[in-house]
Amino acid sequence: MSETQPERTRLAWRRSVLTATVVALLSVRYALHHGPTPWGIALASLIALTWLTFLVGVQRRIRTMDGPSPGAMRPPWPALAGATVVAMALLAGATLW
Amino acid sequence: MEPYAQARADTGGVSDHEDDTSPGIVAASLDPKRLREVGKTPDYRFSLANERTFLAWLRTALALVGGGIAVAQFLPKHSLREALAAVLMVVGAACAVRAVVYWTACERAMRLRRDLPASRFPTMLAALVCVGALALLVAVVSGAFQR
Repeated sequence: MSETQPERTRLAWRRSVLTATVVALLSVRYALHHGPTPWGIALASLIALTWLTFLVGVQRRIRTMDGPSPGAMRPPWPALAGATVVAMALLAGATLW
Repeated sequence: MEPYAQARADTGGVSDHEDDTSPGIVAASLDPKRLREVGKTPDYRFSLANERTFLAWLRTALALVGGGIAVAQFLPKHSLREALAAVLMVVGAACAVRAVVYWTACERAMRLRRDLPASRFPTMLAALVCVGALALLVAVVSGAFQR
């Protein structure tokens, strides 16, 4: 029973990465909807970078959950994960212009 | 007996929320030492449950942002289209910030063996989504989005 806890948490991280991937792809698509303009390419690169930061952070968190009694998340990782989502929201907002 | 029930029994079920919105929450969400300076490390299963709740809120935030992008991409051209998309993205960003703050407040409450902090945020978000959905319904029925 308790062995399923890290697994459920790992799967929750994986689902979050999937959601972030969908949002990132939609944002990149919209950033480039006027063609490959310099502004569009800059935004698309920033979105990709933000997504990559989230992905690398998730990989590291999942690795620290290996073991018999995984500890809680260590600040500032939750704040960084939240910041990448805020950055995605801001970058998605920037694609509207 | 579960540690929580034990702690509740010890204190007679009294809880104290005065620290839940203190400025220390922001510091504790950035600095592990600030988070660990109070209370005792709770059972890891509680922390992992808190982490999954945090992730559910992050996904809610991402879904709102994704909804904003969908509005911008797939609604017909209209003066309100960009504004609606921007509102969804702002609410999404607020959800993500709140997820971090609430995770820290819950982690701290668990360390102190206190009740989890009460929050109006889910109710307010639900009310906002409800009002938005009704407004959109009126807009669609009245033909505001037709060219």
